[in-house]
Amino acid sequence: MNAPTDTRPPPTVLVIDDEPQIRRLLRITLEAAGYRIWDAATAQDGLVQAAQRRPELILLDLGLPDLDGLQVLKRLREWSQVPVIILSVRDQEDDKIAALDAGADDYVTKPFGSGELLARVRAALRHHRPPGMDSVLRSGGLEVDLTARSVRRQGSEIRLTPTEYALLRLLVTHAGKVLTHRYLLTELWGPKALEQSNLLRVHMAHLREKTELDPAHPQLILTEPGVGYRLLMLE
Amino acid sequence: MNEPTRPDPDALLNSIQRAAAAAKRGQLKVFLGMCPGVGKTYAMLEAALRELKSGRDVVVAYVETHGRAETDALAEGFPSVPRRTLEYRGVRLTEMDLDAVLARRPQLALVDELAHTDAPGSRHPKRWQDVQELLAAGIDVFTTVNVQHIESRADTVRQITGTDIRETVPDSVLDEAVLKLIDLPPRELVRRLREGKIYIPDRAAAAGDGFFREGNLTALRELALRLVADHVGEDTAQFRRADASATGPWKTGNRLLVAVGPSPHSEPLIRWTRRMADELRCVWLAVHVENPQPLSESARTRLTANLATARELGAEVVTTPDQDLASGLLRVARERNVTQIILGKPTGTGLWNWFSSGRLLRRLLQESGTIDLHVVRADKAAASVEPQRWLAATSSPPGQYGLAVGVLVATGLVNLGLSALAGPRVPGLVFLLAVVLLALVVGRGPVIVAGALSALAWNFFFLPPRFTFVIERAEDAVLFGTYFVVALVLGQLVARIRAQSESERRREERSTALYELTREFAEAGSRDEVIWQLVSQVGRVFRAPTAVCLPVGDRLVPHPDGTLTLTEKEISVSDWAFRQRQAAGRFTDNLPGAQALHLPVATDGKMFGVLAVALPDPDLPLAQRDLLETFTRQAALVLDRIELRTAGEQTRLLAESERLSRVLLNSISHELRTPLAASASAASALADAENAPPERRRALLAEIQEANARLNRIIGNLLDVARLESGKVVPRLDWNDARDLVQTTLRELTRELAAHPVTTDLPPGPVLIRLDFSLTQHALANLLVNAAVHTPAGTPLEVRTRLEDDGLVLSVADRGPGIPPELLPRLFDKFFRAPDAPTGGSGLGLTIAKGFVEAQGGTITAANRPGGGALFSLRLPGPGPNTAREIPQ
Repeated sequence: MNAPTDTRPPPTVLVIDDEPQIRRLLRITLEAAGYRIWDAATAQDGLVQAAQRRPELILLDLGLPDLDGLQVLKRLREWSQVPVIILSVRDQEDDKIAALDAGADDYVTKPFGSGELLARVRAALRHHRPPGMDSVLRSGGLEVDLTARSVRRQGSEIRLTPTEYALLRLLVTHAGKVLTHRYLLTELWGPKALEQSNLLRVHMAHLREKTELDPAHPQLILTEPGVGYRLLMLE
Repeated sequence: MNEPTRPDPDALLNSIQRAAAAAKRGQLKVFLGMCPGVGKTYAMLEAALRELKSGRDVVVAYVETHGRAETDALAEGFPSVPRRTLEYRGVRLTEMDLDAVLARRPQLALVDELAHTDAPGSRHPKRWQDVQELLAAGIDVFTTVNVQHIESRADTVRQITGTDIRETVPDSVLDEAVLKLIDLPPRELVRRLREGKIYIPDRAAAAGDGFFREGNLTALRELALRLVADHVGEDTAQFRRADASATGPWKTGNRLLVAVGPSPHSEPLIRWTRRMADELRCVWLAVHVENPQPLSESARTRLTANLATARELGAEVVTTPDQDLASGLLRVARERNVTQIILGKPTGTGLWNWFSSGRLLRRLLQESGTIDLHVVRADKAAASVEPQRWLAATSSPPGQYGLAVGVLVATGLVNLGLSALAGPRVPGLVFLLAVVLLALVVGRGPVIVAGALSALAWNFFFLPPRFTFVIERAEDAVLFGTYFVVALVLGQLVARIRAQSESERRREERSTALYELTREFAEAGSRDEVIWQLVSQVGRVFRAPTAVCLPVGDRLVPHPDGTLTLTEKEISVSDWAFRQRQAAGRFTDNLPGAQALHLPVATDGKMFGVLAVALPDPDLPLAQRDLLETFTRQAALVLDRIELRTAGEQTRLLAESERLSRVLLNSISHELRTPLAASASAASALADAENAPPERRRALLAEIQEANARLNRIIGNLLDVARLESGKVVPRLDWNDARDLVQTTLRELTRELAAHPVTTDLPPGPVLIRLDFSLTQHALANLLVNAAVHTPAGTPLEVRTRLEDDGLVLSVADRGPGIPPELLPRLFDKFFRAPDAPTGGSGLGLTIAKGFVEAQGGTITAANRPGGGALFSLRLPGPGPNTAREIPQ
């Protein structure tokens, strides 16, 4: 794994999980990848540490002994926009949607692979590393220039409808992160469009048709079953 | 099951709950005094103070100190529940706040003046009924009452003091109480009275010195002492009886029956019987024989009052229809093993009266056999006057009198014509004909009037000398007299026959209704059907809107089949009836202000709900109420039967699930341990293999990952099955792209399907359909994994997507060995695994796929393909291509 580049101090991560084994494993994995780790076993301790240490990322378990993780997230969001990745054994889509709608940046179900976790951590940190973010994103042969509003696949310009472009722009600016159906629908068509998921499906199908190298096997924009979509950052 | 005698757990639970409920009922302690001023309230407070000091939770629910300083001081030492204030006709009244006390749930509540009449608008007419409710809620109650207010003694007190006692407490209330007599020598009491130490209630003051005379007080004191002595005797008797319960409590005892009618003589008779029953320590019945003659309004009211008195005094009230009083009484007496019948002594002086009651007595004497008869002189109750029987019978609507007079006038006109031809006697016969015909249509009163009028008209208009009331010839005089008697008797007879046939018809109607109800109930297979039948039958027979409330959670909810819309208030009445297991609302003593009558639908042990009937009539005859109660009881019995049957079904299911959980345990121990073992041994090998070549370490790591993935899959499957079983799988139908669904599924199965080439036949554009993405994806994934596991590596798999008019068909086809036909029906069963199946499956994948598809209203099928291999298809309903085409591009 590559440590985060450049000369800045190592990014700080707070792990809130009541299982000592998970905390140990996360510490090993993340420290090996060049992060600095603090951990907390209870929601109370976690919130205090989050306020005192101001970590750049929080990994939060939902099943905490003293307070439900979702409540922790809500309290955290009252005063902080720090990226939060939920780590949970709960794999029901309702739980995922609830967490994402409550302001979580990502949702990783246990058990997880370390590679997958690190990718999600990097994606979550990227959005919150102001302001050096490029206006150009490259992933898997796709190149999106947000200032020029141009999209290229394998170097050749492709034409998108305004809605398709708006959709792609949302995915690109949140690259690596799951965007829920609700979020996308509200962003694209306003709060009254929540029932119009069929529109989203159609535009997504067309967008994939145009952006994927092999539309029959999408690699770039992935479907999170029952939850939403995610644009992968491919090398 | 091989334990056929194992008791039904529900029945066991029920009997335990019943015993617990009986044990939970509060204890009533009554501080009894001979008259006001003996210090009952003070004694009660003192006793309560001891309870308070011993650490019990005691509250004052209602204590009247009448401003006496020492009592006041004592009362202040207790926590109290504030009284309720209500306004009645501009007067502010304070009453015990029953609901507040119930909500407060003390261990012991102090409630003064048990005989008090509650202000109108309270839940119950009487305070003793409030106390009953407190006791039922498990709250102990201390209360006070004077002996003059005890129902069975009220008569005697009236005789002693000449004061009319209006507020009485039924003896049955005292039956369950501990009595504590507060005694004061009469001389002492009189002294205290003179010193002004005693507050005398206004009414007693009005009775003045009369009441507090020393002679009176001595008599009252004796009455109170005897009441307590009797009560103690009763206690021991009950104790002895309970001891000998093996032989049944009443087997050798007496059983009294008192005949009750609408007569005011009945009431003293009822009290007499209660006293006798007390002395004999036996049960008693109050029997009313309903004969077909209709009762006047006032007679009906008195009858209801008499029966209510009997019920309050602790009698079991029975009403039975019979033409004949004697045979009705004897029938009930024989059915219920009565040993003694109590009758009133005939009091009337008239010839008819002597004849009829003499006949009754003679018949009872002849036919009663082993049953003893008591003929008791009964005083007429104080101020009530018996209206004349035949005047009461004339209470027919005025229209009928009009009709009678009209018919007579018409007949008279016809007769005027006839008399010219046939002389003065024929009109008499024609009049007679008219009167008899009238009797077929109108009631007794109009018939009597018509008989008399026609006789007079015949005399006046036709019998010579005409236009006078004088009769000339002796022959005519005899004719006239005979006519008069014949017209009256004939008219009466016809009217009586009509009344009889009317009652016959009503009884017929009643038995038909019961028969139909029983028949319909017998066919009802579900609770809803029973309720529908109950509502429609009651609605039909009583011509009244009807509703049934059933408990849902801890609330009562009206069943949708009801024809009566219940307001919040009516539902709360139902709720009360349900909790107290008593009839409530109209025609009852509980919340009589309600619009409907609320009857609990209950068997002896179980409550099922409450029937609410909004009867249109101003009153409810006993027979009708009996019928209504029979209806609800029948319904309860059928509901009970259905519940038992369901319980039996559940037991069977339980056994089945026991078998499954055994399979599950075996399966789990094997399925979970295998990958765990693989993972553990690979990990320890890795720990030892520090210097091993990297390929070997990578192989070991791959083993660990493989084992973990398998563990994760099995646990996921078990959780899915658990979710399905608990009914927690609620599909979230939304527009989705079936193409996306197939692609995502395949992408996530890359690892599992690595050994198999997969082809798809996806259409180019989006394939929109409403489905639950996760559930469907899961089902499809399980089909694919199943195919991959059961076919040799390299076997091609094919995923087909077809959008049809009525939905989506997703199928997974392979060219493997196919499915042995005999296994096809069991393929989707839980934990079913093909005998030669490769390891690694849990026998749950297909079950889950089926469950997830069916949760969305879809179906799943398995078949063998022509040309070899298996084909699994899942079909999801929903508007398909048409809708998709309307989507804007």
